[in-house]
Amino acid sequence: MSEQDQITTDPTKPAQRMRAGSMTISATPWIIAAVLLIAMPYLFPSRSALTIMNQMSITIVFALAYNMLLGQGGMLSFGHAVYMGVGGFVAVHVMNLISDTGAPFPMPFLPIVGGLFGMGLAMIVGSFSTRSAGTVFAMISLGVGELIAACSVIIVVFFGGEEGVSGYRDEGLPFFGFDFAQQIEVYYLIAAWLMISALLMYLYSRTPIGRMANAVRDNPERAEFLGYSARWVRYYSFAASGFFAGIAGGLFAINYEILTEENLNTASSGVILLVTFLGGVGFFFGPIIGAIAFTLLQTVLSLHTELWAFYAGVLFVATVMFFPGGLAGLIMMHVPVFQIGKAKQLVLPYFKTLIPGAVAVLGVSALVEMTFHYRHAATGDNEMTVFWTTFDSHAILPWVIALVVTFGALYLTRLNAPSLREAWAEANTPDGGAA
Amino acid sequence: MTAALELSGLRKSFGKTEIIRGVDLAIGQNERHAIIGPNGAGKSTLFNLITGRFPQTSGHIRLHGQDLAGKAPYEINRMGLSRSFQITNIFPKMTVFENVRCSLLWSMGYKYNFWSMVSKSRALTDGADQILEQINLTARRDLPAGVLSYAEQRALEIGITIAGGADVIMLDEPTAGMSHSETDYIVDLIRKVTENKTLIMVEHDMGVVFGLADQISVLVYGEIIATGRPEDVRANSKVQEAYLGEALEAEH
Repeated sequence: MSEQDQITTDPTKPAQRMRAGSMTISATPWIIAAVLLIAMPYLFPSRSALTIMNQMSITIVFALAYNMLLGQGGMLSFGHAVYMGVGGFVAVHVMNLISDTGAPFPMPFLPIVGGLFGMGLAMIVGSFSTRSAGTVFAMISLGVGELIAACSVIIVVFFGGEEGVSGYRDEGLPFFGFDFAQQIEVYYLIAAWLMISALLMYLYSRTPIGRMANAVRDNPERAEFLGYSARWVRYYSFAASGFFAGIAGGLFAINYEILTEENLNTASSGVILLVTFLGGVGFFFGPIIGAIAFTLLQTVLSLHTELWAFYAGVLFVATVMFFPGGLAGLIMMHVPVFQIGKAKQLVLPYFKTLIPGAVAVLGVSALVEMTFHYRHAATGDNEMTVFWTTFDSHAILPWVIALVVTFGALYLTRLNAPSLREAWAEANTPDGGAA
Repeated sequence: MTAALELSGLRKSFGKTEIIRGVDLAIGQNERHAIIGPNGAGKSTLFNLITGRFPQTSGHIRLHGQDLAGKAPYEINRMGLSRSFQITNIFPKMTVFENVRCSLLWSMGYKYNFWSMVSKSRALTDGADQILEQINLTARRDLPAGVLSYAEQRALEIGITIAGGADVIMLDEPTAGMSHSETDYIVDLIRKVTENKTLIMVEHDMGVVFGLADQISVLVYGEIIATGRPEDVRANSKVQEAYLGEALEAEH
C-alpha cells in the first residue's frame, strides 16, 4: 500500500540506520526542551504569544499521541479527534462539577480524567477496529469519528448541542496558591503536562509492547509467529494513544474552558493527520516539529491572509509528494553529511538554489493573493497590500512586476537545482573509496 | 512417547479443489524430518495448516499430544512450534539485533509489558547477541535487516525462528534461491541450531535433504506416498516413479 511506503522510513539511508542502531536514552534533548519551555514566556511575554504557545503545546501532545498510531503502529486513523474531544468534554463536565459542588479536586489533575475517558473510549472502539490495520482500520476510524461527531447534536446533555459545553477553570480548590485564573499559570500547567506526556510516550516506545508495535507495523504475520497477537499489540497502542489524546483534550478544556462539536469533527481529525505527517512520522520528534510549524501557520499566517488554509494544504501536498519523511526527515537527512564532515560544501549551493526558490514561492503567493483580491474584493476597493506594498490590484504594472519576479526566480531555481543535486551527492560520499 | 507432531486424516479443500487429501504422519522428538514432493503437491499448504495460518477442513493436528484445532498462529507459537517462510519474512526496517530481540520477548516472559525498558534488560541483550553469534551475524548487528544479502537474511530468518526456544522448528525451503556455497553455509547452520530439537522442513534441494534428514516423507498430490529413512525412500519404486527419479536426475 502506497501510504505505508511513505510512512516507513528508508533503512538504507545512513541517518535512519544510525537512529535504528542507537537505543540509548539521552537526557540532553529533554533538558533543553524543559529549559526552553520554562524560558519561553520570558522571551515572548505578550498575551497573544502565550495563547499561541498554549495551543502549540496542546497540539504537540495530540500529535505525539496520534503518531503512536500512525508512525509507530502503522494505523492510519481519520477520526482521532473524538478521543481528544471526548476526553475534553468529560474534563469540562468535571470542571463544572467542581464549580457547582466545590469538590476538592485539584485542577492540575483534570487532564488525567480526560486521559482515562479518552482511553476508555479507545478501548471500546479498539476492541473491534484493531482487528486489522490498513484500509479496514482507516474506514472504521472514519465511521466512528463521524458517528460520535453526529452525536454532539443528538446527545445535547453531554455535548451541549451547537454551543458546546463551557466551564470555569479558576473555581476549583487553589493548588499551592495557584487558581489558574492567570494565563501564565495555565501556560506552565500545560507545559508541565507536555513534558510528562512526551516523556511517557517516548519511554512507551522503548518497552516490549512499544517495540512490538513497530514489529507489527512492519510485518504483522511475522509477529504472530513470534508469539504476539498482532491484534492485541494494535489494541494496546490504540488504548495508549487514546489516553494521551484524552490528556490533550483535558488540557484543551483547561485552556479554552469550552468544547464544541468542532473538537470532534472530521476536520479536526484531518488537521492532526496533516500536522503529524508534516512533521514526519518516522521520528519521535517529528510530530513536535509539525505541531509547532502548523500552529505558527495557523495563527501567524492567518493574521495576514484569509488564504492560510490554502497554503497549509499546498505545504501538505508538497510534503507528501517530495518529502515523505516530513520536516523531521528533512532535518535528519543532513546527519550523515555532518558525520562525513562535508556540510560546508552545501552552504553555497543551498544559497544559490533556495533563495531564488523562496522568492519564487513568495512571488506565487503574491499572484495568488492578487487574484483573490481581484476576484473577491468589494467593487471599487481596488487597493491592496502584499508584502508591505500597497498598490492597485486592477492596474497592469503590479501584475507585470509580480509575474516577472516569480518567473525570474523560478528560472534561477531551475538553473541552480542541478548543481545543488550534485553537491548533495558529493557531500554524501565519504572521501577515500566507495561508501 | 508421544510424537512431537502428529497429523491424522488431515484434509484441506479450497472450494471444490482438495489440496491435502488425507495426510497421516507422526514425527518423533528430535527427529529431522524432510517433506519433499513435486511443485503443487501441497507442501506449503501442509505447513500453513500446521502453523495455523489457515484452518484444516477435517482431521487433526497434535503438537506434543495437544490438538491445535482453532488455535491462532501466536497461540501455536507459544506452545513451542516455530516456523520460517519460503519467502524471507523478517522485519526489514529494524536492525538485525532488534529482529532477534523481538523474537525473544515473548519467550522471556515480557508479553505485553509496557513498564520496562527493553534496552535495560541484560538478559534480552545477551540472549539476542548469543543468537547472533550462533547465526554468524554479529558483524551485522546494527544494520537494518533489509540491507543484508539474501543468504544473510535467510540466516536471520532461521535465527528469528529458533530464538524463541521452540522445540519444534519448521523451515519452508530454507535454501531456496541460494548458491552452492551459501547452501552449505545454511545447512551447517541448520544442523547446529536444531540440535536436540525436532526439525520439519520442506526442501527441493536433494543434496540438502539427504544430507540433513533422518526421515523423509514424499508428498504427491496431497497424499503421502512414502515415509522412511532416506535410503529406503530413495529405493522406493513408487517414489522413483512419481518424483524422485526426475528430481535426482535434475540434480546432475
